[in-house]
Amino acid sequence: MSSRDVIITGIGIVTSLGEGIEPHVQALSSFTPNVDCEKFAPYAVHPAVAVELDRHIPKKSDQRQMEPWQRYGTYAAGAALEDAGIKGNAELLAKMHLIVACGGGERDYAVDGQILTGLRDAAEPDVYLNERLMSDIRPTLFLAQLSNLLAGNISIVHGVIGGSRTFMGEEQAGVDAVRIAEARIRSGQNDLFLVGGATNAERADLLLTYEMGGAVWRDPSVPVLKRGGGGFVPGSASVFLVLEAREHAQARGARMIAKLGPVAAERSRRKEGDVTRILGDLMMAAGPVPTVVSGNTGFSSASTEEAEAIARSAPDAKVILSGDMIGHSIEAQFAFGVALAAGGIHAGATAGPALVTGVGYHRGEGLVKVEAA
Amino acid sequence: MAGTTRDKHGRPVVAVTGMGVVTSLGVGKDDNWAALTAGKSGIHRITRFPTEGLRTTIAGTVDTLKIPEPFCAPNLSHELARLAAGEAVAQSALGGKQDFPGQLFMAVPPVEVEWPQRAAMANAGGNGDLTYTDVLKGAATGKFHDFHDLFLFGAVADRIADEFGTRGSPISLSTACSSGATAIQLGVEAIRRGETPAALCIGTDGSVHAEALIRFSLLSALSTQNDPPEGAAKPFSKNRDGFVMGEGAGALVLEDYDHAVARGAKILGVLAGCGEMGDGFHRTRSSPDGKPVIGAIRAALDDAGLRPDQIDTINAHGTSTPENDKMEAMGCQAVFGETVPPITSNKSMIGHTLTAAGAVEAVFSLLSIQHGRIPPTINYNVPDPTIMIDIVANTPRDAKVTSVISNSFGFGGQNTCLVMTAEPV
Repeated sequence: MSSRDVIITGIGIVTSLGEGIEPHVQALSSFTPNVDCEKFAPYAVHPAVAVELDRHIPKKSDQRQMEPWQRYGTYAAGAALEDAGIKGNAELLAKMHLIVACGGGERDYAVDGQILTGLRDAAEPDVYLNERLMSDIRPTLFLAQLSNLLAGNISIVHGVIGGSRTFMGEEQAGVDAVRIAEARIRSGQNDLFLVGGATNAERADLLLTYEMGGAVWRDPSVPVLKRGGGGFVPGSASVFLVLEAREHAQARGARMIAKLGPVAAERSRRKEGDVTRILGDLMMAAGPVPTVVSGNTGFSSASTEEAEAIARSAPDAKVILSGDMIGHSIEAQFAFGVALAAGGIHAGATAGPALVTGVGYHRGEGLVKVEAA
Repeated sequence: MAGTTRDKHGRPVVAVTGMGVVTSLGVGKDDNWAALTAGKSGIHRITRFPTEGLRTTIAGTVDTLKIPEPFCAPNLSHELARLAAGEAVAQSALGGKQDFPGQLFMAVPPVEVEWPQRAAMANAGGNGDLTYTDVLKGAATGKFHDFHDLFLFGAVADRIADEFGTRGSPISLSTACSSGATAIQLGVEAIRRGETPAALCIGTDGSVHAEALIRFSLLSALSTQNDPPEGAAKPFSKNRDGFVMGEGAGALVLEDYDHAVARGAKILGVLAGCGEMGDGFHRTRSSPDGKPVIGAIRAALDDAGLRPDQIDTINAHGTSTPENDKMEAMGCQAVFGETVPPITSNKSMIGHTLTAAGAVEAVFSLLSIQHGRIPPTINYNVPDPTIMIDIVANTPRDAKVTSVISNSFGFGGQNTCLVMTAEPV
């Protein structure tokens, strides 16, 4: 089986710190976190900056069919394609494959609230629920909620039609999305991928999922590593990468941003010491590096164990904590780390190679090396 | 890691050494195959929840299993998957108890908190006009931690990974109604890359609850011909009017061919080819020119190294919606020409098992090879003059089947096809 280099040739990003790779590379030297403490008080979230949607989603009818997570994701996907010089190139888009890591779509809060209120005193709660759902739900809302419809919208709006797959499963979905795209390119199965994810943190139903697990941290002024495993501040992020076989990138004269190593993905049982051991082993195998981009979530013993593994395996490395910059964007956090490492190395702002970690708040351990192309 | 037997593209050959299935027709291959080849329908009136006020009151739910409390889609989907995977792994005799020596690829329905849980948290959090602030207050009491573990997107695969001891990072995926086929495709690719000697590929769906049904109903996707329930799913018929929701799970143990032969495993078939193509036309409708459907079928044939005339039968996506069946027949005619092989839709009997469909129907396709019998498309009483292909109508057909193509198409422009053969191609 062949083994080819995998090159990052395009990055599209929207987070609370800005749009595109540049503001994020600048943030490597200094930044002021962008946090909204009011909208969901007592919870804080890192809201995505406003973008000019028309730039990458020209039809208003398309914009109307989507919820914010899809709009931002589709927008970032378009930005990545543009960055790679592929946007609008029908021939390349037809052979481009797509892997998206995401959760599901947003609910209609007003409808849910009215139903919850009515359900409490309904004589026949199930019958009441049927009536209200039948009359109150917007028929097309389902299409804004289905997980794979972010990929669907990217296909429709940008014409990426080689085939799409959507991975679900919190942070590890993001690690596996990059892993599978990378492996398919490296093995010679495909040449060209668009891979990434999108999370909209400004959602009560997203806060709910993680609050049920006691994982939401409310005070954004406390850095990730000072929370004693207390949790994460959710952050909006939409991040897409164009990955490409080196030969393919060379042949079309593409700008090479960085080289992506093989992605390691594990799933420990999360017994005491598991994360330290697994991440430590993966880091030792990757060899010494001057930089680590850590996606440390700030939640549970996994947070302290990740920090411990990094301190032990790369004691001299500069450690960049993406969670302090943009909050925690679950499925999109690993792609963000990869983008940040790639952009930083390409701009000369980060010493390469860099290791990017993806240790889930609840499950999954991932690692990849990013270096100069 | 991979053996030396190679396909026409020089890649390791992927064998099937274990299969498991659960549908509304029963638990296990034997019960399902007996019912399926007898033309028996698993579609019935919904009793799980009241259907007052609903346009569709029927489904192919699986109601016979004991599901741990609370009854919800993740718990039912998990149990369906556990049973199908258990049957598949047992048949393969691969690995020890909780020690499956391969990766896990799982098609699971997208998860969300359901109404009873949402209401429990809301009522714990407030007592006036309820909003999400109250739901969040309820969640913040810390009393609902169990719901957290239940309603994570990766939760069902996590439990299966623990129960079967699969290796590496389990993948939970969705490609809408082609998800089951995509799970199998990911397993095939991993074995071909030599990453793993085996893969456990599962599609599961136990998500028929009121809101799920209403969502499809509001998109006018479901049949409303509720009487008699077993007559509602009519793939390729002129009077077809939508699909019927179904539940179930299908599981395959895929294995490097030489790895399987070396340990003396029975080879049940070969996963010879996978093809996919996206469709950028519309969120729920396929390109009028049929190009993506045609492209996916051709890609699967090319991947398998087979010509169209080497396919013995087509296991159709065949949802019984006006749109799908028309486009699928058109796509098949474009690829296979004058002689479209006999085509059948299992959904006429089990309904559309959604996330699970591609995996469930892959198992049935392989059983067709094993038994030399193609299950019928029941309820085919009013032929559609625009669909003039050889439908295996109402009664099963005996035939030597050495190769099957199984189609799966989904919302969001998802088109995935699998080619299965009796022997390496």
